[in-house]
Formats: sequence, structure tokens, C-alpha cells
Amino acid sequence: MRLEQRTQTHWTIWLFAAAGALAVVFGASTLLVLWAGAPVGQTYGLLLKGAFGSVFAWSETLTRAIPLIFTGLAAAVAFRARLFNIGAEGQLYAGAIAAVAVGGLHGGTGFDIAPMLLFVLMLVAAALAGALVLLGPALLKTRLGVDEVVTTLLLNFIVLLAVSALLDGPMKDPLSMGWPQSVTLMGELELGKLIAQTRLHSGLIWAIACAVAIWIIMKYTTLGFDIRAVGANPQAASFVGIGTTRTMVLVALLSGALAGLGGAVEVAGRTSYVTLDMSPGYGYAGIVIAMLAGLNPLGVIAASVLVAGVLVGADSMSRAVGVPTYLSDVMVALALLAVLVASALTQYRLRWR
Amino acid sequence: MQPAAPDSDVVLSLQGITKRFGALTANDAISLDLAQGQILGLLGENGAGKSTLMSILFGHYTADDGQILVHGQALPPGNPGAALAAGIGMVHQHFALADNLSVLDNILLGTESLWRLNSQRTQARAKARAVAQRFGLSIDTERKISELTVGERQRVEIIKALYRGARILILDEPTSVLTPQESEHLFETLLHWVREGLSIIFISHKLGEVLRVCDRVAVLRHGKLVADQSTQGITQGQLAQWMVGHELKAPSRRPGQRQSSEPVCRVSFDPAVDPHPESRDRLHHVNLSLYPGEIVAVAGVSGNGQTALCDLLFKRFAGAARIPEDRQSTGLIGDLPVWENVAAERLKTSVFSYLGWVKQTAAQKYAQDVIARFDVRGANLDTPARNLSGGNMQKLILGRALTAPAGVSDTDRPTLIVAQQPTWGLDIGAVAFVHDQLIAARDAGAAVLLVSDDLDEVMTLGDQIAVMHAGVLSEARSVSHWTRESIGLAMAGIAEPTA
Repeated sequence: MRLEQRTQTHWTIWLFAAAGALAVVFGASTLLVLWAGAPVGQTYGLLLKGAFGSVFAWSETLTRAIPLIFTGLAAAVAFRARLFNIGAEGQLYAGAIAAVAVGGLHGGTGFDIAPMLLFVLMLVAAALAGALVLLGPALLKTRLGVDEVVTTLLLNFIVLLAVSALLDGPMKDPLSMGWPQSVTLMGELELGKLIAQTRLHSGLIWAIACAVAIWIIMKYTTLGFDIRAVGANPQAASFVGIGTTRTMVLVALLSGALAGLGGAVEVAGRTSYVTLDMSPGYGYAGIVIAMLAGLNPLGVIAASVLVAGVLVGADSMSRAVGVPTYLSDVMVALALLAVLVASALTQYRLRWR
Repeated sequence: MQPAAPDSDVVLSLQGITKRFGALTANDAISLDLAQGQILGLLGENGAGKSTLMSILFGHYTADDGQILVHGQALPPGNPGAALAAGIGMVHQHFALADNLSVLDNILLGTESLWRLNSQRTQARAKARAVAQRFGLSIDTERKISELTVGERQRVEIIKALYRGARILILDEPTSVLTPQESEHLFETLLHWVREGLSIIFISHKLGEVLRVCDRVAVLRHGKLVADQSTQGITQGQLAQWMVGHELKAPSRRPGQRQSSEPVCRVSFDPAVDPHPESRDRLHHVNLSLYPGEIVAVAGVSGNGQTALCDLLFKRFAGAARIPEDRQSTGLIGDLPVWENVAAERLKTSVFSYLGWVKQTAAQKYAQDVIARFDVRGANLDTPARNLSGGNMQKLILGRALTAPAGVSDTDRPTLIVAQQPTWGLDIGAVAFVHDQLIAARDAGAAVLLVSDDLDEVMTLGDQIAVMHAGVLSEARSVSHWTRESIGLAMAGIAEPTA
């Protein structure tokens, strides 16, 4: 058995690949649902309804999609340059804690700045914090050839421990009754609600604006060209005069800043303080989303909504029938594998002898 | 078709081999016999189907149709092990040797069972030495591959095949890494091997070599066998015509005229003073002046410092038009569309961007211009560059280097062109095109540095010739001072032309 590269790809192959991917995801998930002893039709019905069945369901799904869009963009930008940033989780926390440091501690310390200005400062601080977390691994990679997969992954734990130390130390909320929880953000800095009586906040607009901005940068600017060129062929990129080190560092700053912004928006829009369970792995889910989206910034929006829908839908489904919410993790993981295999099969054909 | 020796028996017979890749028929019902003790030349341009045919013979591909007989026995398709067991050995153009292991280790690799605990090195060494001696290939089995010259590495590859009992030896472009003298030595050795009972398939695109060593020649064109006959009385012109399908005018020298006594650039390198460019190969001594209207051709076996020399020029003369050695990994970014590749070098100039925004219309118009002017086929602006054929890739690189975008004044034509192996792997038509373009640029007043390991190219295009060996560039002298022999000796580092 071997793979042979296709010289061209007929559109029916795309159709088959997409249909095949869907069939695999639902086929395998269905087996698990059956194993859990739940009625298949009802399970999927509840999942769909919980995710997209009402205004409330949509609001929950979109709320969950907001941080995913940010971390998805962070991964998509970095992966395009072949900088494999696995550290969006840590960068998100760094951004969140920086946001609270600017917008929360201030209340006690008394410097008086207009909320508008403070809001901008908060976002800048969050972006900067996320960017700085990724700067180290990027420099280690370009200067010394240290594998960024290892450094960014391990930095996640370091950042989380540092955040934990802050939550128990200088940034601890005195009113939290011993819970490791940060001080709260000033009320004026919180993001407005998009729909009353729901949790959906205007962070969604920020997220979509970021996705569009990144799409424009990648497609229409020299920086975007540099990023794509360095990712596709660093040797040729440097031959035509692109500074590969400079590009890598810029990509790292951009990617880290996006994840950091995600943390700030999450704090300002939903939690208003930082806890250690603030993110159920948004940073890692961002990688899956970026891959599902084929690294396309606009695709990241759609993939985030899809993944958020599965997660939210599974929550409400699991309350009604006895299927654990882990089903959603399995579905997302299967979707990633199926998409990767399907897209490989559009480029290659299988030969059995 | 006439067999070379009437009473010779057939050792290898390809019968009606057909292989299709999608719409492309890479091998179209090819039937070919190799007789005992014969040297068969296999000729064809890049993409004519030589590699596909050999891959089928070795079981890397399975033919859609046809069969292979070795000594009358059918060879099972798709089984590389069976080809080895049947006594077929191949020496690839790019060696597959482990640099950090000894010659003996490399010979033994893959011949011993994984489950054996002890390796029978003493016996193996004796056998390897016996094989080497019998076939006239002297080699020290204890040296590391990394210490060997390219010619010696080729010998190791050949011994590897013979050690495994190869009776049919396939040599893929064996002279591409050798100096003329080393090639000559190889040719004599081939005749010795035939007397020892080997049969040989000699793959090449150099016509003179094929006529020199082969008894018979088979020519492939567009996947079809267009000729298969004795080399007796065949001319190079006839071979070329079979290869390309039409008559070719013989390449003629078109000498250039130095247009000024003031050089366009003067480059010297002394490792004691200058920082070393970041290159794979080392430089030791360079002193070179390039004049407008003149081509300086640098001959040499590749890997003797040519890449470092070009990197040095690129670094010191920012405006140089550059044609890199490896068009796929250095010249173009395969995943990106054609238009971005064409504009890449100048994307950050004001012609193609403003404050970081790419002026797509201008860049695409320029790319369209280059495509039209350099006759790049099979591409529209949005095609990923990787989908182009090798010849069209090279045309794109050449076009990008030699065409200034509109809006830049006409005097902005390149004054210095550095072309490294610009015709490597191209078919004859594309080679002529590249040569014409370089000559046209020279006649328009550019200084050209041409690096090539093809001696014919050096002697046809060069107005001045310099030879590179072990990081030392000889003095550039007029082409009339050189003969093929003197260049060959200088390439081997034997006679430094110091006079």
C-alpha cells in the first residue's frame, strides 16, 4: 500500500472526501452513543438543539466561540510560518492576568485615568504579555534551533504556576474568602452585552474584527507575504531577501498577542476576574480549530463556532440523556483526524499494490 | 534493430512496459533487451521516462502492463528485494551512503539479517576486498565515507552493488560528478567489467559519452522508445535528433566583446582577512574581476566552493541578478502562486508596495509581462509555482532576474548576472533558450558569471574561463588558452595554472 501524488483533483473527490469525513465522525460517535445506551436520534437532536436550537443556545455557543477564535487565530498565524506555537493556553492566561493588573489593581492604587484610555491600556498590556511569553521560544528557535513545540508547551505550565502564585499573592482578591481568585476588573472596563439576559458580549465583535484584520494582513500586505513565504520555503524566502529571523519574531509577537487579547476579552466580557479554571483548554482547542480551518483566518471563525457548538450542545445533551460530555471531545478529535486524512486524500491517491 | 553481438544471449528483457500517471503515459509499451556483456546506453531528455522505467525495473513502481524477464525468468512486479536477488544493481546519481560510517559498514548495510547478534566482519571484509580487486576498484574499506572524494564514494556505491552479486549494473548519470579524467578512467573500467561478465545499462544525457562507451543505444522520447540500435556509425547529431524529435543546430560559440576596461565588480577573498560566508562549502582563495559584455565561466566539479563563491557575490553586490543552483528549493517558493514568486525579490520596492500594502495589480501585470516575454508555459498567475516543469521554472527565475519592472528606468537592466548551474536538468530546447538569454544580456552590457560543471557549457558560453578546485579559484583566462584536458587537470587540482 502506498500513496501516489495526484496530478489534479476532480471536484467529486472533494465531495467524497467531505462526505467521508462526516460519515467517519458520525459513525464512530454513534457507536459510542450506542455503547452508553442512549437513543441515537434523540442524543444528536438534543446536541443540535443545545447548540443552535434557540436564541439562548446560540448565545451560549457564540460566547464559548469568542476565546476559541482568538486562540485559533494565534495558532493559524504561527503555523502558517511553521512556528508551532503550542503555548496559546499560557499566553491566554498571561493576557488575562495582565488585563486584570491594569484594570483591577488600579482601583486600590488610585491613579486616575479615563476608563476609555484604561480600556485601551488594558488590551495593549494583555497583547504585550501574550507576545512576550512567545518571544522567548521564538528567539531560542531562531538563534539556537531549539524546538518551539517543546518550549511553548512547557511554558504553559510555568505561566500557569506563575499565575497561581499571583492569585495567592499580590493579586489575590481580599474578598474571595480564601479562593485563589484575582481582584475584579473595574466595572467600567467590562464589555457590554450583545443580547440582554444572556452572557453573549461584544467580545464577539472584537474577535471577528481580529479575524478579518489577520485575513487582510495575510493576503494583502508584505508582512503576510513574508509569513507565507517563510513558512512554505525558508531557504527560498531568504534568497529573495526576506529576513527569516525577523519574520519569525514578528509572527511570534503577533500570535502571542492574539492569544493574550483572547485572555483579556474573556476577563472583560465574561469572568471579570482570573481563576485557574478560567480556560478549559482554549489554547489547545485553538490548534484543532486552526487545523480544521486550514489555517484560514476567516475559516477560524466558522471552525470556532462549530467546535463551540459541539461543546455547548454536549453539555445540555448530557444533562438530558446519560451520555458523558466527553463525547464532544471525541467528536472534535475525530473531526480533526477525519479532516486531515480527507485533505490528504484530495492530494494523494491510495494504491493497494 | 540489429543486435551488437549476434551470438550473445539476453540477460534482461523488458517486454511491453507501460506506465501511466493520470493522463500522462510515462512509459509506452517499451520493449528492450540487454545482452550478456553488453553496454547499453539509455538516452533521453528529462521527463522522457528513463527514471520511471528504471523504477519499474527495481520494483519501486508497478507497471500497468508488460513484464520483465531476467535470464528468462519473470521478475515479480513491485518487489525491490526480488530485483536485488535477481542480480540487478543500481548506482544512483545521488549516493545513498551514511557519511559517519566506514566503507565496509556501508557495504554491509542491509545485507545482514537483523536477528544476527554477531556480524561476520572479517569474512565480509575479505569478500569486499576480493570484489574490489576483481573489478579493479581500489578502496580502503576502513575509511569513513566523509573522508572520501566524490569519485571514491561512487566506487563504494559500485562495490556495494557488486558485493550483493549484481550481474546487471545500472549506472545513472555516473559522470556528472567526475572530472573528465576520472570519467575516462571509469570508461576503461567499464570495459574491464564487461570482460568479467557484467552487463551494463549506462544512463546519460551526454551524447559523446554514450557513443564512446556503449555498444548499443536506446533512446526514449515522451515515454516512447524511438531508437534501439548499435552505436556503429551513429553520429551525435543523429542521437540528438532522436532525443528531441527534430534537428538541432549545433551550438556555436558567440564570443562577447569586453565593453569597458573598467570592471563591473572586483571580488577577492582571503580567509585570513574576510569573514566566511555561511555556506556548505569552503572558500580559500578568490580574485576575480568581471567586465561588462563578457561571460566568465567557472568550471569545476560541484562542491568545490562554487556555492560559497556565488553567496559571496550575492552578499557584496546587492543589485546582482541571481539564478540560483537549485531552482526548486532556493529559486522558487513552490506553494506560492506564480505572480508572488515573480515579484518576490522586488516586493518591498515602491513599485510593488506602499507602506506595507502590496500593489497587486502592478505585481500581477509585471508577472504577466515576464511570463509572456520568457514564454513560460503551463502557468497562469495563480498557479502554484511547484506545478511548473523544470524548464518553465527556470524561465520564470531567468525572467524575474533579467526583466526590470515597468516604472523603473531602462538603464536599470542588470549590470551583473550570477548564474549557477542555470541549465542543470533542462531539456535541450530549454538549454538553448537559457543560453540565448544569457548571451543577449551580455551583449546588452551585463557582466556574467556562469558557474557550471558541464564542460561543454563552459567552453561554449565562456569568454573567460576560470577553474575552481578545493575552494581556490584560478585566474580567469581567455577561452583560447584552455583545452578540455587542461581544464580537466585544473578541476582535479593537478596543475594550477599559475603561469
